[in-house]
Amino acid sequence: MSGKLLALVAVFAPLSLVTIGGGQAVIADIQRQVVDVHHWMTEAAFVSDFAISRLAPGPGTLLVTLIGWQVAGIAGAVVATVAIFGPTAFLIYGVAHLWKRYRGAQWLGAIEGGLRPVAAGMILAAVFVLLRSLDGGWLARSIAFVSTGVLMTTRISPIPLLAAGAAIFISIRMLFAG
Amino acid sequence: MQGEPRGSKPVPSHWRLFLVFSRIGLTSFGGGLSGWFLREFVQDRQWLSEEEFLNGLAVSQALPGVNVTNLAIWIGYRLRGPVGALAGFTGIVVPPAFVIVLLGMLFSFLARYPITRLALDGAAAAAIGLSLSLGITTARRVPRRIIPWVVLLVTFATIGLLHWPLPWVVLAAGPISVAAEFAHLRRRRPA
Repeated sequence: MSGKLLALVAVFAPLSLVTIGGGQAVIADIQRQVVDVHHWMTEAAFVSDFAISRLAPGPGTLLVTLIGWQVAGIAGAVVATVAIFGPTAFLIYGVAHLWKRYRGAQWLGAIEGGLRPVAAGMILAAVFVLLRSLDGGWLARSIAFVSTGVLMTTRISPIPLLAAGAAIFISIRMLFAG
Repeated sequence: MQGEPRGSKPVPSHWRLFLVFSRIGLTSFGGGLSGWFLREFVQDRQWLSEEEFLNGLAVSQALPGVNVTNLAIWIGYRLRGPVGALAGFTGIVVPPAFVIVLLGMLFSFLARYPITRLALDGAAAAAIGLSLSLGITTARRVPRRIIPWVVLLVTFATIGLLHWPLPWVVLAAGPISVAAEFAHLRRRRPA
């Protein structure tokens, strides 16, 4: 493995294990390492990569794949992806296995029941932060709330819902701009 | 909390599982992937019960790692064992990984049109609905007792309002809440 590939592993594998509550938590540290420590890319290139990762489908942490690709081509993309997802993938796999083995145990029920309010608080906090930082003001927020209502009361698939959100947002914006 | 993880429908094949995860990975513009999982696996296809899903969600959130891939591995494992876990992981990671590299190549071209940005903002707004409905579903299934709701509100406030680092909040709130739940279960059903 070349020096750059090893460096990618050294940067991303440890970050994998300190990511709690989604990829957003480690973005600042990725930026520090990629831009300031290793000089793999400029600040502007990093910000542009971050924007791409937000608008691409799939896990936002695939930002790391894009960085790996730019640093060391296809091998870089593969190595960076495995490094950021691999260690914790084994961890959750092991836990899922334990869960199956001890199903029904009281301590397991306590962990499940005890973690549920923590998870609910984390998800609602993430939604709150997203709602506040949403581009597009009241219109975007209204779309978010209407979409929530539709999801909770109907069986509609999310794909037409997202398409409708995009279409409504574009039409109203164009109407007000023109 | 006990018993088989099954929903009311028969368990899918490995390949089918991979395809469903891939489709979610490729169409989930604007994030909210865990909300997609709830929709697809519990409400639509009924491969998992809501109870089982929420247990996996809570563990996926609390453990290190990207929540979404954690949950994909968890669901895959519960439905189809080790190969199912692999199907979940590769389905949610690999196809979108190709897309993001392609988007990286196309970006300068796409960014020229302002309508791209507007479309994505609109989709992202609608996608918040997925996360919010997931949050509401989870909160509704939090036991109606004082301690769980205090934990929920404190977690929300410290992360959402005070912007405390998430690992510390989880490391503090998790064990306290689990211990309280354990004491509660002991009182109801002594081991």
